[in-house]
Amino acid sequence: MRFLHHNFNPIKGEAKLKATVYGSQESQEEIWTYIEHDGDGISPVSLELLSKAYELGRACGWKVIALILGSETEEFVEDARTFGADEVWVVEHPGLKEFDCEAFTTAAYQAILSAKPSVFLFGATPNGRDLAGRLAVRLLTGLNADCTQLQIDKERGVLISEVTGFGGGVLADLEIPLRRPQMATVRPGVFLQTPVKDKGQGEIRRFHPDIQDKNRTHILENVVEEGVDLTKAEVLICGGRGIEGQFDVLTQLAEIWGGAVGATRPPVDDGFIPRQNQIGQTGVICRPKVAVNFGISGAFHFIVGIQEADLVISVNIDPDAPIFEYSDYCIQGDVHELMPILLNEVQQQDEGNA
Amino acid sequence: MPELHIIVCVKAVPKAEEIRVDPESMVIIRDGVRSEINPPDMNALEMAFRVKDENGARVSLLSMGPPFFEDYLRVGLAMGADAAFLLSDRKFGGADTLATTYTLAKGIEKIGGADLILCGEESSDGATGQVPPGLAEWLDLPQLSLVSEIQVDQSEKNIRVRREAGRGYEIIQSEYPVVLSVKTASNEPRFMEYPRKEWAFSEAELSVWDANALDVDEEQIGIAGSPTIVTGLREAEVRDRRQEFLQGTPEEIAAQLRTILVEHL
Repeated sequence: MRFLHHNFNPIKGEAKLKATVYGSQESQEEIWTYIEHDGDGISPVSLELLSKAYELGRACGWKVIALILGSETEEFVEDARTFGADEVWVVEHPGLKEFDCEAFTTAAYQAILSAKPSVFLFGATPNGRDLAGRLAVRLLTGLNADCTQLQIDKERGVLISEVTGFGGGVLADLEIPLRRPQMATVRPGVFLQTPVKDKGQGEIRRFHPDIQDKNRTHILENVVEEGVDLTKAEVLICGGRGIEGQFDVLTQLAEIWGGAVGATRPPVDDGFIPRQNQIGQTGVICRPKVAVNFGISGAFHFIVGIQEADLVISVNIDPDAPIFEYSDYCIQGDVHELMPILLNEVQQQDEGNA
Repeated sequence: MPELHIIVCVKAVPKAEEIRVDPESMVIIRDGVRSEINPPDMNALEMAFRVKDENGARVSLLSMGPPFFEDYLRVGLAMGADAAFLLSDRKFGGADTLATTYTLAKGIEKIGGADLILCGEESSDGATGQVPPGLAEWLDLPQLSLVSEIQVDQSEKNIRVRREAGRGYEIIQSEYPVVLSVKTASNEPRFMEYPRKEWAFSEAELSVWDANALDVDEEQIGIAGSPTIVTGLREAEVRDRRQEFLQGTPEEIAAQLRTILVEHL
């Protein structure tokens, strides 16, 4: 440990800047996964990441560690074991009761320095991004955001993170050759949750952080709104700019088919539908059986959100719309004409079955 | 009460719809591609101007980038900012988040700090959203992301914000100085004010600082200060699809569509 947090004042402490907190030579062959949780349990993205970490760990013989921060975390330990953690680190402190990025950064930083892992993974959630962003600077290391694939080159001990660039269908591989830990965030839905069979073996380690909490932010109110988990939807009905905000029709279609409604960025930006329904690179990555797209032109940053769909059907007025290149069935037509006819057709059938 | 000082971090980005990639080299073709202020930064600017309208404040703009960024900073001045600072040096180029946040933090330090440091939620070209927390860490300040509303209480020296945190929202109180990232599309950015425009593009003083002026540690900036390297670029593989066009009247198409769906579920 080259410096301690409480006297770490990077801007004024110029001489300390050249220090690497720790490098590849000192790091351990361990993959750490940050386990985010709320009242409903561990967030799905953390279990997806833990599953990926388990796969990587088994492939290269590295240890997988689940890091749980909070004030009462007992209920999450078993799940972390079920998803393949070799060790579950429980970091409990009254100052970690609610998400305070500074306190969480300090706790995670201390735990990390006591073990010096090579890799540290986070879900790209609002709090996960904040924590990872802050921690990467404290650790003076690199952080690869929104990775779409992760690999470990065992020989070199290097994590290779794949990211998409410029929404233009380019993939880049990023590496952090010297500094450790190699940090990465991954969006929800990119990896699959895979519980392991030999569960429950993971060792539990308790770490007591020393948090000189500055307590500069306070959550006064936390309002959780009803949300849909788009990553679990079997049918995804998506609307783009072309439907001009008519999400009520899509919602009715989705209800009949037992699916969920998704959207591209423009209708979200225009306030027609909440941000949590946004599909794609900056939204949710989905794996439905069927995706039906209405009035979507087909920008690549949307396509990445549905490319795992078994079947893609798209409706667009423009026969040359790029969306058709990514569709199994293409319908060139006016969404405003087709949507009500389709709804009528489906409703009649639905009544017929009832 | 001392006047509030707000720094808004902005950058210019290539217009997303004009970007092309050379299929051979996989390099971004920048020729002929126009730039714009990073759209999420426009929401950060608007939030700063609203605080200025309500509480009175001095608004400074800060950017890191090539000399042409100056034009975009002048747009911000014409919208309502009072001063602009551009950190520009070839040595700053090729920076990842660590080097970028360090350089911006040094810029903020040289400006003399601020009560509120506002950033866009993310950049449309990098889309990592990691500059605001990184910046806060260098400056040893609290940070709140995805803020859609803000109230400043100057007598208590704190702010109360609404944070759009995934499913739902949080109301958070924080002391300031503080770094905030502003939720994209949370407000309607204003247009340039005509009386200000002339001033912004002629008289307004715009400070350009290079590595020397900033007194940075050269090992912490640009490529040298960036732990991350790019080791491969390739075209994303696209899954083959049937691309079969359905024909017929809208009613016939609707019937076909329903059949296809039923078969696949």
